Parts: sequence; C-alpha cells; structure tokens
Amino acid sequence: MRWLLKGGRVVDPSQGTDMVLDVRVADGRIVELGQELTGDENVIDCRDKLVVPGLIDLRTDLGEPGRETAETIASGTRAAAAGGFTAVCARPGREPAVDDAGWVSFVRQRATADGVVKVYPLAAVTKAYAGNELVEMGELKAAGAVALYDGDRTIARAGVLRRALEYARMFALPVMVHCEDEDLAGRGVMHEGFHSTVNGLAGIPATAEEVIVARDLMLAELTGTHVHIAHVSTAASVALIRAAKARGVRVTADVTPHHLVLTDADVQPDDANWKLRPPLRTASDVEALLEGLRDGTIDCIATDHTPCLEEEKQVEFDQAPFGVIGLETALPLLLTRLVHTGALSLNELIGRMSWHPARVLGLPGGTLAPGAPADVTVIDPDLERVYDPRKGFSHSRNTPLAGWTLRGWPVATMVDGRWVMRNGRVIL
Amino acid sequence: MGFTRKHLIRMRDLSAAEIQEILDTAAACKDIFGREVKKMPTLRGQVMVNLFYEPSTRTRTSFELAAKWLSADVVNIAVASSSVVKGESLTDTAKTLAALGADIVVIRHPSAGAPALLARSIEAAVINAGDGMHEHPTQALLDLFTIQEAKGSVAGLHVVIVGDILHSRVARSNIWGLRAFGARVTVVGPPTLIPPGLEELGVHVTYDIDKVLPEADVVNILRIQRERQHTALIPSLREYTRCFGLTRERLELLKPDALILHPGPANLGVEIVQDAVADPRARIHEQVTNGVAVRMAVLYLVTGGRDDAVAA
Repeated sequence: MRWLLKGGRVVDPSQGTDMVLDVRVADGRIVELGQELTGDENVIDCRDKLVVPGLIDLRTDLGEPGRETAETIASGTRAAAAGGFTAVCARPGREPAVDDAGWVSFVRQRATADGVVKVYPLAAVTKAYAGNELVEMGELKAAGAVALYDGDRTIARAGVLRRALEYARMFALPVMVHCEDEDLAGRGVMHEGFHSTVNGLAGIPATAEEVIVARDLMLAELTGTHVHIAHVSTAASVALIRAAKARGVRVTADVTPHHLVLTDADVQPDDANWKLRPPLRTASDVEALLEGLRDGTIDCIATDHTPCLEEEKQVEFDQAPFGVIGLETALPLLLTRLVHTGALSLNELIGRMSWHPARVLGLPGGTLAPGAPADVTVIDPDLERVYDPRKGFSHSRNTPLAGWTLRGWPVATMVDGRWVMRNGRVIL
Repeated sequence: MGFTRKHLIRMRDLSAAEIQEILDTAAACKDIFGREVKKMPTLRGQVMVNLFYEPSTRTRTSFELAAKWLSADVVNIAVASSSVVKGESLTDTAKTLAALGADIVVIRHPSAGAPALLARSIEAAVINAGDGMHEHPTQALLDLFTIQEAKGSVAGLHVVIVGDILHSRVARSNIWGLRAFGARVTVVGPPTLIPPGLEELGVHVTYDIDKVLPEADVVNILRIQRERQHTALIPSLREYTRCFGLTRERLELLKPDALILHPGPANLGVEIVQDAVADPRARIHEQVTNGVAVRMAVLYLVTGGRDDAVAA
C-alpha cells in the first residue's frame, strides 16, 4: 500500500524537523517528506495532527512466556499500537526465565504470529536470573536478543556482573541493569521518607538505587561495555550518570513516564496500583529527572509496562506485586503533564520516545528519514479523553491513572507502511 | 455535634474538634462504669465483628467489652495471617462479612492500609484497631483521654514518646492527635528506630532520654519487640535498657506531676521497670479502663450516635 499523509505537523527529532509537511509512504518505507506533495496514493488528512516517528519502548512485559493470564503478545502489542508504539522490547518475565535461545525464538515466533507491532526480545544476563552463571550470549544474540536484562533483578555479585559485561562486549550486546541493593531496599514497598513514615509502609531509600548505579557505572568504565541503566528514579542517580557520561563512560539510561509525573506524596496506601519499582520518589527527584532528560543525561523514556491481575493488586499494599501498565498512557500522560505545561518541548519528548531509544539499542526506526521503515504515529495533540483502563487493549488494568483526564492521544499508528491502529481502533 | 465519619481509620484525618467530641463522649461512657447495671441498649441488634489478623488480647477484649456494654452482638474472628498459609483475600473476607450482616468491623492487620482497603470494599463501619506500622487510633484516643483526665488539657504539654518509633503505629497515631491538640512532642529512641520525616510533623527527635525526662509532662513508653536485636536495629536489649529504659534512676528525673503511660503489654525490666509501673505517676491501669470508654464512644459515634442514651 502507498499512502500520502497530508498536512500534519511533522516532528522528527532525528532530522531536526518540525514543520507542516506531507509524508509519502510506499512499500513499507518512507519515500519522501515535502510540501504540497501530490500523487495517486491514498490520502490521509493529518491537518491539526502531529506526525512523528513510531514510538519505541525499551521495556515492556508482554506476559509471554509465563504470565499469559495478565498479558499476551497479542494483547500487549495491541496496547502498544493503541498507545502509538510501533516497536517494543520484550522484557524477560519472572518464570520461565528467558535465558536460552529457545525462549528468545519463542518470543519472536509468537510476535510474528500474534503481534501487531515489532517485538525485540531482551534475554537474561545470568541463568535463571540467579546472578551466578552467564547465559550463552552468542546463541541468544543469534536467536534475536537485542540486549540482555535480568528482569527487575540486580546482579548482587559485582564479580559476576563484571564478567558478564566483559563477555557481552564480544557480541556488542548492551547490558541493561536494574539498580537496587536488595539489603538496603529490605522489605520496602515505597520511597523512604516522610510519606512512608506517615503511611506506615516500609521504605526503600534512594540510596538503595544510588549505590548500585555507582557500582555499575564503575563496572561499565572498567569493562568498556555499554551499560544501560533502567528506570532511573533519584536525583543522585542522575548526577552519577551525568558525571560518568562526562568522563566518557559508555552508559545510557531511561526513566518511566510515571516517575516523571508522580511522586511519593501521591501514593495511596490502600491502593497497590501505586506500588512501583523503583518506587515513586520525591518532587525534587522528579525535577532532577526532568533536568536529566533535557540535558541528555537520561537518553530515553521507557514504559516498564508491567501487567498484573486485578486480584493480585486488590490486596494489602505490602502483599501486592510491584508494577503498573503504561503503554496506553505513556504518551497522553507526558503530553498532558510535561509538554502542555511547558516542562518539556514536544521535540524533546518525541525524541526521547523514538529516535533515542532506537539509538540506545541500535534498533531500526525512530526516524522519518527517506528509506527508513514506515513506522509512523499520528497524534491529536488536543484530543481530551478520560482514561478508562477497562476500555484498554491490555489484559490488565493495574494503573493509578484510571479516571485521569489526559489531553493528546495517538490516533493512528503505522508499522512498516501498514496501519495497525486508526482512530483508537487496532486493525490488522 | 459534628462527628459524621462512618469509619475510624487514622488520627491523621481527625480535627481537634472531632477528637474532643470522641473524648467527651468517652467521658460520658466512663460514667456508666460506676453504675450497677453497665449495659446500655444503644447498639442492640447490631453486629460487631472483631477481625484480628494479629494476636491481641487487650485490644480485642477492650472492643468486645465496649460493644457488649452497648448491647451489640460480637463475633470474634482470628485469622492466621502467615503469608505462607494465605487464605482468602481481605476483599473476599469483606464480601463474606457483608453477606453475614456485619454492621461494624474492627480490624487489626499486620499490613498498613488494610483497614482503608476494607472500608473501600464493605458497607459496614470500619474501625482500625492497628494496621502494621501505620496507625492505632483508639490507642491514641485513650492516651489523650488519660492525659486530659489527669491534666485537664493537652495543649502546651510536653509529651515524650520513648522507644521504637519506626515500627510503632501507637507513636504515629499519638503524634497526630497530640499535634492536633497543640502539645509539644519529643520522640526518643536509637537512630535505627526513628523513621525519617518526623520533623515535618513538628516533632522533636533526640537520643538523650536523661535530658528530656526532667522537662516532660507525660512520658509514653513504647514496647520494644525482642526481635529487633536480631535484625541489626539494636545490639541488645541490655544496651537498649541502658540507653532508653525507664529505670528506677530515671524515675528520679521525672517531675512530681508527670504522667507515665505504656500501651502494654510491658516487657518489665526492658523498656520499663516494675517500680515505674507501680509509681503513683503511672496511669497504665487507668489507660486500660479508659480504653473501653473510648471504644464505646467510637462505636457509638461511627454508628451515627442516633440513640442519645450515652451522651445524656
């Protein structure tokens, strides 16, 4: 199919483009950008809309293998399409561990069969995520793993992580790390501070993250391997990463939409949909994260979409699993709370959700440059809607944002020149 | 009168006026204790469920007596709350209790926020009888009642809370209530057992008990859990007693008209010595009696206080 996207405001940070342009698409690729393009293609009226590179998410739990009741590759990729994402990296689940080539191939096959958007598998760093033995990285890479990540587990033994980083260098595989000292985090369930005290909930100190960020930056420096720090949440972590980048350490980092908008003051102790890992931090941490995003210390935004069943979350706060879904709210939330308020420019936001995540893991896409895959998201920046997770595409509804009025929603998503979502409907 | 709350979840929510209304009602309830026939018909036909996920003798009994003196029917449910033997979820239990026709549910639970979660999922009035490290509002109310009874007013008093503040729901609820009433609050304990952010509540923190005791109008001694010495929070109970115990020597530091409170049950010889419990300044047994009066008042008020037999 050939398409002409007419009259939209094209925001493509990869080319420094921000102007009203037409986009010609043919054979799954971007053909050209220009003014007043004409042709015999199907014309899509994009006036008053934003036309941006398809969004890319670095960490999405798609539920497969192992948690199919909470999410599947079919439902998760539909949620992605509805949220304006054209590609997601499948975060290894809890059980079974995605630590051999068989599971990586499984994810790719399921994605081919059931997926609506592109799926790039992440694979474990250590066998069974146990933090002791290395996975067969060469085989995993050959099977299609784009980076290594031990789920949301910190490799406690610095020596093991050091060897993993050294070994990964041979395959140019980036290693993503979750930074949380288990002993310092203890049985904590929210950020340690005033609000954990008055809520009577065990706290996770900011230091639990920062000591591991410091350690992992040093190991990145020692080994020269590209380390990607997942879901940075504290001001001191941002400062550590900024300093490491300044001295040339190969490190990249991401932050989640929730950590850019919500704080520990928002946490409702009778609603485990406010239970995230890392926990929501303070307003000054949020300010530092935004500053890090603006100056490039933090490279990109990742959703950390973590589906949980309603019955898993409708329990006592300390008994509930961590995590919230986020694919369908990431863009509207950030447009509403950051772009419309002037805290972040539209160019910065789109760049941090498309071009930069692509660059971090060396993925195709994230650009509307001629010749690139036609992965495109069309956004209505003024469309206002009350978010109802029950009407979403994800199988799960664990989000603190139910009932929020958000302004700026994706209205169409194109993957390789095919529309996968139009006007809020996922199509194939 | 203004008390319109259906639930009593946390002191944090209560205004000074609401607290005073509860205490005034409790004073009326306490008068009943002197009567030959203590039973009032106020809650006749109502069912109160004691839903206890943690063992407790005194709080459970106190609520049970309070309910019985108001003529409610009482059902006690003790749930083994070991996370290993996980039974039905709290929200399922709520549905069961609702189906059984509970009018009031008194809940004690090891998880902070559990009473609020229950209140969201049930029609009945929910009273928090202690949730994790969060709050224990009726304990704070009975402490305030005891202070007010002895001192006339709480405003301006210097109240010193000693012990494991970090894990203490009693301390948290007391702090909210005392601050609402305009008391000066100092907490004393080892840094490992002091949570962050107390200064934001207007609370003064110190590690030196000997310095604050001479200026205390009330000293509230918290129970120290024996397990704390096994989790790197304190080195030993012996050192704890040396640094923070209300010992015979420290009794000498206290003002002649100071009050000694303890929520019980006390570890005698650890956080408090027998002589302090027996000291004329101690109100520890009075606290237990006042607990029943305060809980009667709370039961009366959360059910709407329609029958004015108590307040009369």
